[in-house]
Amino acid sequence: MALPDRPAASSIGTLVPGAVLALALPWLLQALQMDFYLSVASRVVVYAIAATSLNLVLGYGGMVSLGHAAFVGLGSYVTGILLAEGVTGFGVHLVATVAITALMALVIGAISLRTRGVYFIMITLAFAQMLFYLANSVKGYGGDEGLTLRARSLLPFGIDLKNGIAFYYVALCVLAAALFALARFVPSRLGRAVLAGRDDEVRAEALGFATFRYKLAIFVAAGALAGIAGALSVNLQGYVSPNALHWTQSGTLLVMVILGGVGSVWGGLAGALVLLLLQEVLAAYTQYWEFWTGWVLLAVVLFARRGLAGLLFDLRTRLAAR
Amino acid sequence: MSGIFIFEQALNGLQFGLMLFLLAAGLTLIFGVMDMINLAHGSLYMVGAFLCAWLASATGSFVYGVLGGVLLSALFGAALEISLLRSLYMRDHLSQVLATFALILILNDGVKMIFGSDLPLVAPAALDGPVELLPGLMYPAYRLLILTVGFALALVLYLLVQKTRLGALVRAGASNREMSGAMGVNVARLFTGVFAIGAALCAVAGGLLGPLLAVQVGMGENILILAFVVIVIGGIGSIRGALIGAILVGAVDTLGRTLLQHLLREFLPPQWASAAGPAFASIAVYVFMAVVLVVKPRGLFPVRS
Repeated sequence: MALPDRPAASSIGTLVPGAVLALALPWLLQALQMDFYLSVASRVVVYAIAATSLNLVLGYGGMVSLGHAAFVGLGSYVTGILLAEGVTGFGVHLVATVAITALMALVIGAISLRTRGVYFIMITLAFAQMLFYLANSVKGYGGDEGLTLRARSLLPFGIDLKNGIAFYYVALCVLAAALFALARFVPSRLGRAVLAGRDDEVRAEALGFATFRYKLAIFVAAGALAGIAGALSVNLQGYVSPNALHWTQSGTLLVMVILGGVGSVWGGLAGALVLLLLQEVLAAYTQYWEFWTGWVLLAVVLFARRGLAGLLFDLRTRLAAR
Repeated sequence: MSGIFIFEQALNGLQFGLMLFLLAAGLTLIFGVMDMINLAHGSLYMVGAFLCAWLASATGSFVYGVLGGVLLSALFGAALEISLLRSLYMRDHLSQVLATFALILILNDGVKMIFGSDLPLVAPAALDGPVELLPGLMYPAYRLLILTVGFALALVLYLLVQKTRLGALVRAGASNREMSGAMGVNVARLFTGVFAIGAALCAVAGGLLGPLLAVQVGMGENILILAFVVIVIGGIGSIRGALIGAILVGAVDTLGRTLLQHLLREFLPPQWASAAGPAFASIAVYVFMAVVLVVKPRGLFPVRS
């Protein structure tokens, strides 16, 4: 697999303006009278969290999972069902979501990691399909029609996630924490061991690393983070349906990671940002936006082989060489 | 639950399994030989069904519609292979996933632009009624036609791959592509042909299943996953594995939908049974695949040593 070793374009020079822009975005949109786009921005942040968690599995663990949306959807259902039952504390939601999605990831990972390569892709897909059909069958919580919610999670100090600005900042905090943790994880001892297992499993095992356990730990951590993205997603939309667990959703997350850059800290964020904004722009002009999105993705595969992060990296090295 | 009911369900399962085989045959060869993950294979099924439905209404004949649709689909498949997919064979799995996922988006919306989001396709009126197979066993004539065509095509394909020189070349490619290329086989041209046949078989399945299911955009996405399940169970690259896997999956799915529901109703309170039944039935296939993979991680009939 073509996995870039180096997180591209992550210097202070791009980090600070990006962070300032992200923090000031609600005011900026208000000043430009484009408040509507705040929900788009929130959607980008939620998808970025989910894509980052998949990037942890794919880019760092070296495991191609085609069932990652199952954890996002499961997280949405756990939080959604708690909300429907009248439990509104965000802390409770997070604990329950993380516990259940991590447990599910532990079971699925422990079985799936016995297989390799394409068989791993297919078995993660199979488990996701099981959860998809299970979600279809929970008639008490909407069944195939999905679960619509009036209430949202409540944080301490009277912060209600129904408020768009509050939601945006909470989601942004989660994303920042995830990216920070990922950036710290890569050069850590554990991170090095995981990367060694990704690059050459036999050699890492010969050196005495328990690669299976590391991979499983990564899979579980990513499942839990995906669950948190799901908990946020159900708060943003006020709705969750089995479609959140469908394999095409897993495919979309995979596309985001590949587009943004596999194994790059910013890959998940870049992919979510580019794909969702592309859809938003295209949908304003044509109802056939999927058609044109498809062509753009094809062009990326054929002409930008290492995703957008790779493209940026090449540009920077070329500019630096001048 | 009578013997006739069980027999009828077994026939339904066999019929579904044979249609799955038509989808899985091309998929397993491309996957096995070219090591290519083609998520857009389900889209070929959709394109084939739309072409069949469009030609059937244009010519006024179901038979001409399906035959023409199959022919056009083969050409479409060959064109797709030459123009795009060929350049993906040497790329990693991730690029293939991204490119063929993009292809799903393009083909879904492309079909919607040309034909609309669904087309009607009805079975010929002559096959409307049931046929008495055994005393007391009435079976729909149209489903019988699907069974017959499926059987015939499965047999032809099996003989083609297992017994002819052409099939030997394909199998040689499946077990070692570089070596067979070194021995003078034109693997590229061979696989344009394989891809075209795969697309044609998809169109046969799409055209025949069209009157039973619906011809609509997105119809390929769920059945694609079942086709993947089939080839993974059978062992990627093995045509024999695909046939046996397809029939097993068809049986597990159909029996899960009917017999399991009956059993649940016997042992569970009715409201539980009606909630758990459909879920169990849909999940049964995937549980079956997970069990097969845990016991035999490379499928039932692994091709590569």
